[in-house]
Amino acid sequence: MSWEQIIFYLFAALAVIFAFLTVTRRNAVHAALCLIFCFFFIAGTFVVLNAELLAAVQVLVYAGGVVGLMLYVIMLVRGEDASQVKQALGQKIIAAFISVLLVIQIGSIVYLSFAGKATGRLAQEMARYGNTESIGTLLYTKYIFPFEVASVLLLAAMVGAIVLAKNKLER
Amino acid sequence: MVPLTHVIIFSFIIFAIGMFGALSRRNVFIVLMGIELMLNAVNIALVGFSSYLSNVAGQIFAIFVITVAAGEAAVGLAIVVAIFRNRFTVNIDSFNLLKW
Repeated sequence: MSWEQIIFYLFAALAVIFAFLTVTRRNAVHAALCLIFCFFFIAGTFVVLNAELLAAVQVLVYAGGVVGLMLYVIMLVRGEDASQVKQALGQKIIAAFISVLLVIQIGSIVYLSFAGKATGRLAQEMARYGNTESIGTLLYTKYIFPFEVASVLLLAAMVGAIVLAKNKLER
Repeated sequence: MVPLTHVIIFSFIIFAIGMFGALSRRNVFIVLMGIELMLNAVNIALVGFSSYLSNVAGQIFAIFVITVAAGEAAVGLAIVVAIFRNRFTVNIDSFNLLKW
């Protein structure tokens, strides 16, 4: 087993553990902190899969931006003690059943279709240019229209968030 | 080299955990965190296929997914703040005004 595989399995196992902790914590602040760790370990697996730029973006946008915003809002609306209500057990059992069924179903399909194929072919191609340069070139030439649409989407989301969260609409 | 099947299985385990969180919890923040986990699982699958097919387009799609997830988180949290201002709770069972 090469060092790449060891690091991938270590980070993947830690990411799964912290993702499970995220959805089972009673306190929402603890859940958000576990989510930050989960995103860090997912970024680690991205590095093994030759996606260094995406790993950096993951840490900056998710661990820094999205979860930080979530923590602010949790403290703003006193969300940390919201789950004191009795949780129905039936709902949890049904949710766990559906999730396990999904993993088994898709896992069997993936094993039947892609068994014995290995990742890492990107590495040889990347050695010439580098990850950031090739992504940037493709993003500003072939995918320029989706890039512009994404900027409009972010603007709309920003304006919508400000309007929704504003205290009183003066007219 | 990591086998492609293991990357995809890892991705779907994260997806299933996120779906479990979104379906079973009643705190609206943890439901939102479950949705973020599901979007991240899709990113892992895209990066794995990008590495397997030797094509950078998968990573560009993952960047767009991250963009949409950031916008979704901002609007979702703004909606939570707006609902909290009217109902003084973040329990998802009390968000039932549009239920018929």
